[in-house]
Amino acid sequence: MTQNEKAAAAKKRNHAIMIIILILLFILFIMPFILVIINVFKTKADIVSDPLALIGAHGFTMQNFPEAMAKMNFWNVFKNSLIITIISTVLTIFVSAMASFVIVRNGKWKFCSGLFALMVASMVIPFQVLMVPLVSVYGGIFGVLNHRLTLILMHTGFSVSMATFMFHGAIHTNIPLELEEAALIDGCSRWQTFWKVVFPLLKPTIATVAIIDAMAFWNDYLLPSLVLTDKALYTIPIATQAFYGTYSTDIGLVMAALLLAMLPILILYLFLQKYIVAGVTSGAVKG
Amino acid sequence: MNRNTFSYKLRQILMFAGPGTILFFAVVVVPFVYGLYLTFTSWDGVSAHKPFVGFANYAAAFSDGAYWVALGRTAIYSIFAVVFINILAFALAYLVTSGVKGQNFFRAGFFVPNLIGGIVLGYIWKFVFNRAYVAIASAITGGMAISPLSTTGGAMFCLIFVSVWQYAGYMMLIYVAGFMSVSDSLKEAAMIDGCTPSQAMRNVTIPLMRSSFVQCIFLSITRCFVVYDVNLSLTKGEPFNTSVLAAMHVYNQAFTYKNYGLGQAEALILFIVCAAVGITQVMIGKRGEVEA
Repeated sequence: MTQNEKAAAAKKRNHAIMIIILILLFILFIMPFILVIINVFKTKADIVSDPLALIGAHGFTMQNFPEAMAKMNFWNVFKNSLIITIISTVLTIFVSAMASFVIVRNGKWKFCSGLFALMVASMVIPFQVLMVPLVSVYGGIFGVLNHRLTLILMHTGFSVSMATFMFHGAIHTNIPLELEEAALIDGCSRWQTFWKVVFPLLKPTIATVAIIDAMAFWNDYLLPSLVLTDKALYTIPIATQAFYGTYSTDIGLVMAALLLAMLPILILYLFLQKYIVAGVTSGAVKG
Repeated sequence: MNRNTFSYKLRQILMFAGPGTILFFAVVVVPFVYGLYLTFTSWDGVSAHKPFVGFANYAAAFSDGAYWVALGRTAIYSIFAVVFINILAFALAYLVTSGVKGQNFFRAGFFVPNLIGGIVLGYIWKFVFNRAYVAIASAITGGMAISPLSTTGGAMFCLIFVSVWQYAGYMMLIYVAGFMSVSDSLKEAAMIDGCTPSQAMRNVTIPLMRSSFVQCIFLSITRCFVVYDVNLSLTKGEPFNTSVLAAMHVYNQAFTYKNYGLGQAEALILFIVCAAVGITQVMIGKRGEVEA
């Protein structure tokens, strides 16, 4: 065997080893989800007696789903999560893009540079530091907890700084000033220039912010659990927690509830996987 | 049009930055400042009266043994979790950028845990540890195995394990971006100069990826220090409160025991510790950064 053939053979072997390691790691990574899927179609007794069997001794059953859905009030919590996530995300994008525009283009104004510095500094504050005063101010003084709108505005307020930071970078590097000057000469006001020229050009950043924030809002537990204590307003994570608290022994129902809680975002991921991975990457690398 | 008048500036700022600034102040800045004030009161969460107590809450926080135990436990948890998250994430990133078939599929797959909230992930793993693990362990040993979640060290191990599994896919994406930013020509040049692939990795690729490391370690430290969801759903602090992490202690102190002032003071200390560790790490990391 010549030197080159040897090297090629070694490369091929390394390649095969890597694929095997990847497949093993992949199985390990998705194993918990597979276990949930296997057990969701079994009766409670079958899960307890053998959680690893593909099909339970009493056969395949679908009965866990309707029962879990009814007890969790699934469609209602799904609707709540959807409304809160969509409105918060849209609101975050609008207010942050607008704020970053005035900050970038008027960086010399003391207000703008001060506000931006404050926003960047605030990104290190963990939620734990703000939760007690939030409950104290909005529950104790204003009494506005238990409204979807309160949660939506809070979600938006928390994500404004990060989103403004990202839009700031995008406007700063990607939007040429000449474009805005041309719009000004054509008779656009600043307001029109923003909406007709700048905002449409921010599309890639809008997508990134939308993906990152929508996922964060959809999965958030601590803030919603403090704001929404009324059962009718529960979002999916709170409803899952409450459900587990009540039915933890009814393991078949728990499996169905967990699967239902994951399903919406997994289905979305199936279709938008490329965009989600790209959005999270660019958000993480910039952030 | 004069663009330098006060009224023009005010109009521009209100029009564009107004809504964002109001919301930002309403939920971040004002509560932060108000939180500082709360640490000097002994508010019970109900009454309108908030008696001023001076530094009593800080004194109580410093003598709250359970809090320092929880903080120490969080530090140990964070050290293990951060190290393993980054080792695994780096290895995954290496594997999915090495040009094997289906690497995008694997990338997408390893990211899946990050799509799902910590509450749901915790309950899924609780099932895995309590049922599936017990079934396998019992079959192997032939006796009745017990769940690792019901043993003292086991619960902490499970928390670390689940956190590594949860965050590795996310950090992997950052390392993937890091790998992609190192140009192939540099590696090739090193190989022509006689480097083996592993030497090229150690002496060329890794030093150039330093910023990815700094960023991933910063993100994993700041996340691990304040983890709450998974702690709540996976162990709930059990057995016997031996897996209560700092964030859970703060939550219980404020909302379960209604010591709002004390809880807020402890939250503030947690924030300061977390920020100090994170910033130190970034400063050390940035010092040795190299440009290609």
